[in-house]
Amino acid sequence: MRHILSLLLENEAGALSRVSGLFSARAFNIESLTVAPTEDPTISRMTLVTSGSDAIIEQITKQLNKLVDVVKVVDLNEYRHIERELMLIKVTAQKSERDEIKRLVDIFRGRIIDVTENTYTIEMTGPGEKLDAFIVAIDDSLILEVVRSGVSGISRGDKAIQS
Amino acid sequence: MAKKNEILRGAEIFCRALKDEGVKHVFGYPGGAVLHIYDELYKQEDVDHILVRHEQGATHAADGYARATGKPGVVLVTSGPGATNAVTGIATAYMDSIPLVVFTGQVPTNMIGNDAFQEVDSIGITRPCVKHNFLVKDVNDLAATIKKAFYVATSGRPGPVVVDVPKDVTADSCEYVYPKQVDMRSYRPVVKGHPGQIKKAAKLILSAKKPMIYSGGGVILGEASQQLTELAQYLGYPITNTLMGLGAYPATEKQFIGMLGMHGTYEANMAMHHCDILLAIGARFDDRVTGDLEKFCPYAKIVHIDVDPSSIAKNVPVDIPIVGDVKHVLNDLIGFIKTDKAKPDKKALESWWKQIHEWAAIDCLKYDKSTSVIKPQYVIEKLYELTGGDAYITSDVGQHQMWAAQFYKFDKPRRWINSGGLGTMGFGLPAAMGVKLAFPEETVACITGEASLVMCIQELSTCLQYDTPIKIINLNNRYMGMVRQWQEFFYSGRYSHSYMEALPDFVKMAESYGHVGVRIEKTSDVEAALKEALAMKDRTVMMDFVTDQTENVYPMIASGKGHHEMHLSPDRELA
Repeated sequence: MRHILSLLLENEAGALSRVSGLFSARAFNIESLTVAPTEDPTISRMTLVTSGSDAIIEQITKQLNKLVDVVKVVDLNEYRHIERELMLIKVTAQKSERDEIKRLVDIFRGRIIDVTENTYTIEMTGPGEKLDAFIVAIDDSLILEVVRSGVSGISRGDKAIQS
Repeated sequence: MAKKNEILRGAEIFCRALKDEGVKHVFGYPGGAVLHIYDELYKQEDVDHILVRHEQGATHAADGYARATGKPGVVLVTSGPGATNAVTGIATAYMDSIPLVVFTGQVPTNMIGNDAFQEVDSIGITRPCVKHNFLVKDVNDLAATIKKAFYVATSGRPGPVVVDVPKDVTADSCEYVYPKQVDMRSYRPVVKGHPGQIKKAAKLILSAKKPMIYSGGGVILGEASQQLTELAQYLGYPITNTLMGLGAYPATEKQFIGMLGMHGTYEANMAMHHCDILLAIGARFDDRVTGDLEKFCPYAKIVHIDVDPSSIAKNVPVDIPIVGDVKHVLNDLIGFIKTDKAKPDKKALESWWKQIHEWAAIDCLKYDKSTSVIKPQYVIEKLYELTGGDAYITSDVGQHQMWAAQFYKFDKPRRWINSGGLGTMGFGLPAAMGVKLAFPEETVACITGEASLVMCIQELSTCLQYDTPIKIINLNNRYMGMVRQWQEFFYSGRYSHSYMEALPDFVKMAESYGHVGVRIEKTSDVEAALKEALAMKDRTVMMDFVTDQTENVYPMIASGKGHHEMHLSPDRELA
């Protein structure tokens, strides 16, 4: 099963490689991983999407907690939560295709953020599934480049994950 | 006005911090990146530096020292090859959860990443085999980082910590303050176990009809042998120790039924297979212990006590997990068990013990004692007798290691020192040296084989220089014995590269290093030779025992087999 893990870790050089090294050393899966500093400059937030049986997810969580740089690990699947991902996608947009692409972007609530004679660059956010759906919806041969941020997640309601 | 702190150079801070940490011995080897530190070591007398002959030897010696004393072992090596040579020893300590603090020199901070002379990414290379590592980029962080390194290495589940120190940091100066305490928001090991869980465990344990206690190295690391003994003796339950746990419970005591696992005793493995309640304490269900997981303890409910949550339910699902320091948890558990209305089921235990004694009657460790060619088991039995079972025994890896574990009965913790998890050949000799430095008055013997021994043989020089008279029991069968045994069993006797051709003359070798060498070729000479060697208290003695080439370690559980599917010997098939 797919799980979204939310981590707080010390904003130290090498902390990221401790996490990624753990996953490769123990043959755990990483679907996506994003990391950036938080409002507290000494702490980074990492959102990590992985998959595995309950036993494997339990091991992943325990092994992450064991890393000395990791302050906190939360499995967002245990909470009501929101996930979002940012995608930047560059597509061929010749005159004849422009209207159709624009309509499709509107339907998916994306925005065209750069235009050339031959291309559109589109910005879109949403759960990973929505971005997947957009890629399926648009003609394969038009896609020039896809850049995805990986998933960020946060719990719903009053509850906040803090150090 | 408060007294001003002294301004010291990084190298001085290093030496002062070790002194303030109570470090007595540092095992190391100099080189360019650590020359400032070596210059300071020269000027002080608080810390003794032991010059090894290879950095692997430094880490194993510090490791042996740590295993025997319970204090962290300290290593100092230079950058580049100094650090890479130390990696095997660091990984050895990591697998067995041994507290080490390893200082590696590094090129100056402004040259890091430039492929400078003797530069290597020590932090990157050691990351997967350390509990944690630090790169010190500023002299102002040096003292606090050293404090943290010792704290992390020795607390919770112990392990090696690497501190990488660039050369310029050892030249720069700052105020010296050695912190008294450490507080790390991201590292707070659990100490007390959950009382609700412990209570539940107590009830379950008391309900057992066919109980089994399985304890590991965690009991030794957690200094909880006394608690384990008290608990086991109150309950009257049978107990087995893992390879790493030998000595945690007295081997000569009647409830001890031997080591378990791949080369464990028949009775211990059969009792594991048939038990209804398994109490696992400070053990990690290693594959050499469990055999095939599908067949592991099929009838048992399992209680598992461990300080490391990730050890629990990693390989085997557990019914009652208890995370906490083993000593604290056992004290609480003893409290609950002794005050519970329920008492151990005497009647059920009686028939369980009867069954275990029947298994034990098979005498699974039996070997032929009538041969004139020396049986390796016999040498170890004699060594056990002649040292009164009270020596510190280190070993290397292979058949001799298993025989030592089977035939030297350890009654006390920290006497049996071997590389269990990583299985590092070359560990025994430097480890023995480290133990002898810690306990100069004690008998220290290294039980080894000719293949393992030569892997760190250069440390014989260190033994001479620092006067660490150890006894080397070289069980020389001219084969990599355990490799040969597997090739005999599983590869139709094709002894591919397991034969040790062109061996050195071990007697002359010992003599050339300034020690005593003896060669023993007949069973009838074993006892007298051992007596003579043990009497030479101030000399390192290399005893080259020419042993039976074909002897195998039994019992054996082949991979893919369960505890009840042991192989006893070529002419004895059971189970």
